[in-house]
Amino acid sequence: MTISATDQEVTYLEAIRQAMWEEMERDPAVFLIGEDVGQYGGAFRTSAGLIDHFGAGRVIDTPIAEAAIVGAAAGAAMAGMRPIAEMQFIDFISCAFDMLTNLAATQRYRTGIGVPMVVRGPSGGGVHGGPFHSLNPEAFFMNTPGLKIVAPSTAYDAKGLLKAAIRDDDPVIYIEHKYLYRRIKEHLPEKDYIVPIGKAAVRREGKDLTIITWGAMVYTALEAAEQLALDGASVEVIDLRSLLPYDEEAILSSVAKTNRAIVLHEATLTGGVGGEFAAVIADKAFDYLDAPVRRVASIDSPVPYSPPLESFFLPNKDKVLAAARDLLAY
Amino acid sequence: MTRSLEERIVALFRQSKVIGGIYRSLGQEAESVASAYALDFAAGDVVSPLIRNLGSIMVAGFTPVEVLRQYMAKGNSLCRGRDLNNHWADLRRGFIGPISMLGDMVPVMAGITLAARMKKKEMVGMVYVGDGASSTGAFAEGINFATVQRLPLVIVIEDNGYAYSTPTYKQTAARTLADKAVGYGCWGETVDGNDVFAVYDASRRAVDRARNGGGVTLLEVKTFRMKGHAEHDNQSYVPPEVLEEWKQKDPIDRYEKLLIAAGHATREDLDAIQSRIRAELDAAVEEAENSPMPLPEEAQYGVYAGDGYWDNPPLCETRR
Repeated sequence: MTISATDQEVTYLEAIRQAMWEEMERDPAVFLIGEDVGQYGGAFRTSAGLIDHFGAGRVIDTPIAEAAIVGAAAGAAMAGMRPIAEMQFIDFISCAFDMLTNLAATQRYRTGIGVPMVVRGPSGGGVHGGPFHSLNPEAFFMNTPGLKIVAPSTAYDAKGLLKAAIRDDDPVIYIEHKYLYRRIKEHLPEKDYIVPIGKAAVRREGKDLTIITWGAMVYTALEAAEQLALDGASVEVIDLRSLLPYDEEAILSSVAKTNRAIVLHEATLTGGVGGEFAAVIADKAFDYLDAPVRRVASIDSPVPYSPPLESFFLPNKDKVLAAARDLLAY
Repeated sequence: MTRSLEERIVALFRQSKVIGGIYRSLGQEAESVASAYALDFAAGDVVSPLIRNLGSIMVAGFTPVEVLRQYMAKGNSLCRGRDLNNHWADLRRGFIGPISMLGDMVPVMAGITLAARMKKKEMVGMVYVGDGASSTGAFAEGINFATVQRLPLVIVIEDNGYAYSTPTYKQTAARTLADKAVGYGCWGETVDGNDVFAVYDASRRAVDRARNGGGVTLLEVKTFRMKGHAEHDNQSYVPPEVLEEWKQKDPIDRYEKLLIAAGHATREDLDAIQSRIRAELDAAVEEAENSPMPLPEEAQYGVYAGDGYWDNPPLCETRR
């Protein structure tokens, strides 16, 4: 198996595979470690073919032991390697919570030894995965200085952000959205590129309302913006791409232009990282606001399994439209 | 040296010059020193001790003044005042200190030895856990992964009788802690932790085996914590007769008696060593006391790469 030819459209999933492949090709310090990543090629086939090309020494199948996966990756990173640790589902990152928050996040601060590793895995709902295969874990880690968090929404960003994360000298949690794996595809540049961590992208320009979002919710925001355009409202959609550090400048300059803001995320509402963005707007762009900052997020419950329940739980276009119309009429 | 240095640290603690907790290794010095002595730091071996392994730290080549600055939260200490006691790390000197979450360094050391194998660097790792840490998930995951990968790692379990106030029999129903090796498929051995020679021999066997591709050894050293968990703890939960029994087995007394009996040293030789240590510690204490505290604003730097904080000397030295 080889990397897809570049004249074809590349899926979000394939973009992740290409990023790992190319970085392993570029730098012998990069390796992949996780459950079923080797012979099987990953539960979602994200690492298909890697073991054949790079060998079992660099594509390491592990026992079911997330603390060992992340702990060993951290140790290897301290010793000069650049590991990519895969969580089969990002939900299992909680089993490695201690290794990330207590060990990896503090190591540079305490000892001067950096931990250049990536912990990545499929996140998010909409695929009826139930409470343990649908998580959006960013809020668990947002309050942990020393970590970085990225969450791409496009195939271009999936590849560029993963490359940036692998080359970064600090631990990066890379949250990939499984709903987008095979639904999103685009042509990617032939030449090597990265998407810098900490830089947002404007997905749609507008002047009446800003929707600040990331991951799969970018598409929900764009659908809502399309609908609102029919009503004559012009909506700007900011895709943060990086959550820690986040692009404060992009948020504030957009709100200064539109005077209204919705923070939209798929994780649950209370204590979600949307509160941080709402706070920074209230703190630094208060004078520009013509309406309150509104958060649209999943309801405060575990992620339910049955389709009607999950639909009720998740944010969707209609919930965004309701919030947007409220703010536009304020 | 270990015992004398700790006694100085206690004295400084009582003068409020040592900040935070002190976790004594009284009675455990021999196993710390003898196990780490089996490593070859010049060859790139790495040790990851626990809070009570001051002996291993001395063997790894750290100096009393470096240790004292750590305990006194000085700005030019190895952690620059960011973390306490032996929580520093310097892999160029073969050392990575623990974090307070016990057992975590087992997977981390698995990763460090894995990295060495990937870089085709021959080295051995040694990581310490206590009887308490052997109950943690991180320990179990780490030893299992390291054994599956056949990594060159020696895991020393110090059974010192108590994890804080909890006796070992409340920690595990295993007959010995080394028995756990059977379940993981690694080598296991139990040794008298207060016999410096026995510990060295067993450690040497484990280190050699690791170096020669034989994989992981779980080496249990039986010893006793002669002090409380930390200075505030009077260890009222330990029966006095047990303490008395272990006092008779004091590892340093045993070693000295043996050296004298075998004619390797006289009492005078040992006294001369002791007074040399005293002088060295006097100088170290003075140097540590005269070291600067960190500047308050140093707290904000070095969280991430890129600000150059760790590439330069601490600000308390350059901005004074």
